[in-house]
Amino acid sequence: MEYFLQQLINGVTLGSIYGLIAIGYTMVYGIIGMINFAHGDVFMVGSFMALIVFLALLALGVTFMPLALLIVLILAMALTSLYGWTVERIAYRPLRGSFRLAPLISAIGMSIFLQNMVQVAQGARVKPLPPVITGGYQFGAADGFVVNVSNVQVIIVVTTIALMVAFSLIVSKTPLGRAQRACEQDRKMAALLGVDVDRTISLTFVMGAALASVAGLMYLLYYGVIDFYIGFVAGVKAFTAAVLGGIGSLPGAMLGGLLIGLIETFWSAYFTVEYKDVAAFSILAIVLIFLPSGLLGRPEVEKV
Amino acid sequence: MADPHAGAGAPSVFAVAFKDAAFAALVALGLAAPMLGLVTVQTQSGIELEQHWGKVAIAVAIVFAGRLLLNLTLWRPGRKKSLGYVPPKVEARLARFAKYLAPLAILGAVVMPMLPFTERYAIDLGILVLTYVMLGWGLNIVVGLAGLLDLGYVAFYAVGAYSYALLAQYFGLSFWVCLPLAGILAAFWGVILGFPVLRLRGDYLAIVTLAFGEIIRIVLLNWYWFTGGPNGISGIPRPSFFGLDFDRGDDGFAATFGLTYSPLHRIVFLYYLILALALLTNVVTIRLRRLPIGRAWEALREDEIACRSLGINTVNTKLTAFALGAMFAGFAGSFFATRQGFISPESFVFMESALILAIVVLGGMGSQFGVAVAAVVMIGGFELFREFSDYRMITFGLVMVLIMIWRPRGLVSTRSPSVFLKEKKAISGSLVQEGHG
Repeated sequence: MEYFLQQLINGVTLGSIYGLIAIGYTMVYGIIGMINFAHGDVFMVGSFMALIVFLALLALGVTFMPLALLIVLILAMALTSLYGWTVERIAYRPLRGSFRLAPLISAIGMSIFLQNMVQVAQGARVKPLPPVITGGYQFGAADGFVVNVSNVQVIIVVTTIALMVAFSLIVSKTPLGRAQRACEQDRKMAALLGVDVDRTISLTFVMGAALASVAGLMYLLYYGVIDFYIGFVAGVKAFTAAVLGGIGSLPGAMLGGLLIGLIETFWSAYFTVEYKDVAAFSILAIVLIFLPSGLLGRPEVEKV
Repeated sequence: MADPHAGAGAPSVFAVAFKDAAFAALVALGLAAPMLGLVTVQTQSGIELEQHWGKVAIAVAIVFAGRLLLNLTLWRPGRKKSLGYVPPKVEARLARFAKYLAPLAILGAVVMPMLPFTERYAIDLGILVLTYVMLGWGLNIVVGLAGLLDLGYVAFYAVGAYSYALLAQYFGLSFWVCLPLAGILAAFWGVILGFPVLRLRGDYLAIVTLAFGEIIRIVLLNWYWFTGGPNGISGIPRPSFFGLDFDRGDDGFAATFGLTYSPLHRIVFLYYLILALALLTNVVTIRLRRLPIGRAWEALREDEIACRSLGINTVNTKLTAFALGAMFAGFAGSFFATRQGFISPESFVFMESALILAIVVLGGMGSQFGVAVAAVVMIGGFELFREFSDYRMITFGLVMVLIMIWRPRGLVSTRSPSVFLKEKKAISGSLVQEGHG
């Protein structure tokens, strides 16, 4: 039972990270109907930005942890957003209105570019970061089994929930969110009614990248190691999460992220660690085949 | 946009271009400063930052100068034609020229190893390029003709390679027995993996095939006692020439034909083998395009719903495309295994799928000649820049993006229809649908 609880907590933590990345996929798919294949690598860039900013702050003598982490969060979000914006501007915007495959191929090219750029710029070796946030809580130490909840896990889950609420409010209440939803329904009509479609799409990419960078920071804090290759697998899993929750739906992305995190953790805990990626990938295939609109998504109506 | 003929009140072209370039440089500074300027290095005391501001300055300068130059030349306001524009007449003439170029290219490929100045390195490179030409042509059936975007094509390549390696290891079967078996097994897997994804279209299909490709690789990596896991399989037997081995023995190839033994014999043999396999793929594809099944593929690519209402069995059509594409990948895979003598899951990563897809798309989907040219250019380019192995992948990614922007329809962007009423006319690639299965 304790083991189960422990895995549940680990799964929720992992799921929060996947959920944050999945939101980027789901928002972009909702608005322009393309899979932003480079999003996983934007997440990877985000984690590197977090590491670099954190080390720079340490070098500058900022050692008060809560303040340092807050600055890291804000700066990493800003810098990664710039990457998200640039990727959209260079690789996707010129292809709007092109044939369907063009943006996907371009996104694959961008993903390869980002991965190898980071590899060359920062080196191919893994980057370890000693634990920054230590301590935690323990429950039920009665029969030798202990359930640990570390402070990092608490921070990850709380930050994720806060960001989720904030971004849901942005999408549902602000003029930007209204413009986004308008573009999602009918881009041409939105443009006719005075919505700046290009700007809205750019901002969608910026929001997705900002959330991915938060996920990158969480990943760095939770695992303590990053390298240039983490974006690929995390990206595919987050995409699975987005599809599972119903692509285009924000709460769906979060729910999907949680489920994928839980499934992966329990699979590793009760079956084999080696095949945990197979479990996630199989779920992707199964969901797409049997439940193409996901758990919370609207079914796609085919128009002839 | 400033009009170059506007009066004195409008800002000059140079001022606009300069402002835009300055903005681009500012963005580049934001991108490059943390990534290039502050490098994380592992030291004795932990992880630290190293400062490299020179690199940042260079990157920003390149972006500024490049953007300014482009703004003043190609992107100058008022310039009518974009860079990628080639008049249709010229394209049609090029396409006609390509008709004569293709036999010439084949002839060149046949005589290449016989030329006196050809070195072993050139033949090795030729084998590599032809392997990718074959894979490109195989994937072209799935992506170019049937319009099903497959990002996991390398899985079938892996199935072919492992089929031969395992059959040879456990049952001692020879290459010539295993070659068709590998093709059949790969086609079988094509059907197995193709069946569940029949209902999916476009991007979704791409991601699921990617997932399948990764699953097969992970299984190969972890099924330790059977596939050798990350260590792979070594000592895969080499192919024989109608039973004659390429060795020093008395019943070897060289001794039988009264030649002095040379390791080059086998290389040349392998070269002709892959050339024959690649040409087989090409001929089969060209012939199939004219058969009802080939027409059904192309019809399916254009409009699935119309297909179904006309009574085409979309299930069979898609599955045959998957199976045939996979079969050729299986042939190529078993050739790869026999040529290398060693295989491991390392060789079948997602990057390979992306590379083959890039060859097909950049060459011009559906165009056999374009795919071959793209394979030669890309694999040749990869080999040329082997010394700069770090930078060539960066360039590869960038080139993929740039070609998509410049010519989304690939290098050869005219398509000649397989069915026509009176005369056969090449049409622009933008008139055909792709990837919307």
